[in-house]
Amino acid sequence: MTDGSATNDGQRFDRLPATPADREVEGRASRREVLDWWDERFGVPPETFEDFSLWEKGKGKIWLLRGDLASPVDVEALGMTFLRTRQKHWKPTMNAVQRFGAEATRNVVELTREQARRFARGDDQELDWDGDWGYLVVTHDLAGGEAPLGVGLYVHGELRSPVPKGRQRDL
Amino acid sequence: MEPLERYEPIVDDFDAFRAACERPLPTAVRVNTIEATVERAKRALEADGVEWTDREWSDEVLSVDTDSPGSTWASFHGWIHGQEEVSAIPATVLAPEPGERVWDACAAPGSKTTQLAALMDDEGLVVANDNNLGRLSALRFNTERLGVTNTVVVNSDARHFSLKPFDADERNASGSEARSQNFDAFDKALVDVPCSCEGTIRKNPTVLDEWTMDHVRSVAGVQKGILRRAVQATREGGTVVYSTCTFAPEENEAVLDHVLDAEDCHLVEFDVDLDSRPGVTEWDGERYDDSVRKARRFYPHHNDTGGFFCAKLEVDA
Repeated sequence: MTDGSATNDGQRFDRLPATPADREVEGRASRREVLDWWDERFGVPPETFEDFSLWEKGKGKIWLLRGDLASPVDVEALGMTFLRTRQKHWKPTMNAVQRFGAEATRNVVELTREQARRFARGDDQELDWDGDWGYLVVTHDLAGGEAPLGVGLYVHGELRSPVPKGRQRDL
Repeated sequence: MEPLERYEPIVDDFDAFRAACERPLPTAVRVNTIEATVERAKRALEADGVEWTDREWSDEVLSVDTDSPGSTWASFHGWIHGQEEVSAIPATVLAPEPGERVWDACAAPGSKTTQLAALMDDEGLVVANDNNLGRLSALRFNTERLGVTNTVVVNSDARHFSLKPFDADERNASGSEARSQNFDAFDKALVDVPCSCEGTIRKNPTVLDEWTMDHVRSVAGVQKGILRRAVQATREGGTVVYSTCTFAPEENEAVLDHVLDAEDCHLVEFDVDLDSRPGVTEWDGERYDDSVRKARRFYPHHNDTGGFFCAKLEVDA
């Protein structure tokens, strides 16, 4: 990897280093740490992302691209936004959870239809949950199986809905 | 409606055409097979009490009995995308395959981009370009909502599109299992150009209020530039699909005629299981290359859709 000045350039996409030992830009997550995080937090196996490359553009925003390109890349968007890093608790995006959340085996909470409606509206709600606090994969049962609604934040007996305004729906 | 009167010489059953243009458009959706099977998306629509009807020419396009398909669980999950039926034609005709490199020259708001990605099983690369920064946010919103990961978004004037971000030397992919897919020419290109949009009148009845012949002429100049660049940026033997949502021959057959002359390419026949008419070879005192008959015109009164024009080109040496 040649990162030139070895600082994070918010205007272009840089591929993540493979491991922490390969890190040249301070604070940048490595591919291994990102895949380990999905595995440890949600039980999504690292092989899930075998055919994808990971990139940072903007401070801490990690993008997921099917395949790979030579780094750096100067474009507006590269695949989908995947994960927010460079903060204490990493946060997956709603769209990443909708796409890959079905693979999750832990920190998954299944809602009733009425609870799912509240979540989709962007409303916070009280919830009985014995598991970890923090970011959860939120699902409900739809059309013959579990369907991931997105990422929720569980704190103080409450499930918060970080569904972005443009994605909120009254269903 | 008035600007449409000039098409009487080229449209059969003109009264039926005119009547169809005044009727509202049926609502259609496309199933996003990146996130769900067609079967599951249908079950989800049923769970919301939405009735769907298959369209014979496409497995993924459904007509639905609601005006707001966006207010369904299927849409919330990114399993369906509201998309006018004829707008699903050009990506189907281009038929990109998994692993190919495909250019979407005028991509926003991304209905066709995301359809290309789905046809490719989200493998390979779609380079989605648009010159309008405002419309790029709609494009990005849609690629993200539909879970697309094989698409790169670029903001440039398609007439002067540069392959530079993609033809860099391969470097070590630093531990990623993914293969570098840098390249110096596209396998396929979709050129769904900005146009006078006459064919969208059923969805947007005021679209003709601003219609002028001057606009048709000036946008035709832009269309020629974009289609030429697409042919240049596509490899020999590759495919370019040109489409508009207008009836104006100045923006359709005349653009093809110009590019057939200026670039190394030829038109090829294609099949879509919808009623259509061949491209016209004579219009307003002009004569076009005979091969423009291989293009297809889709009229509102033939399939109860919007109006559309589509042509398939192959790039020569």
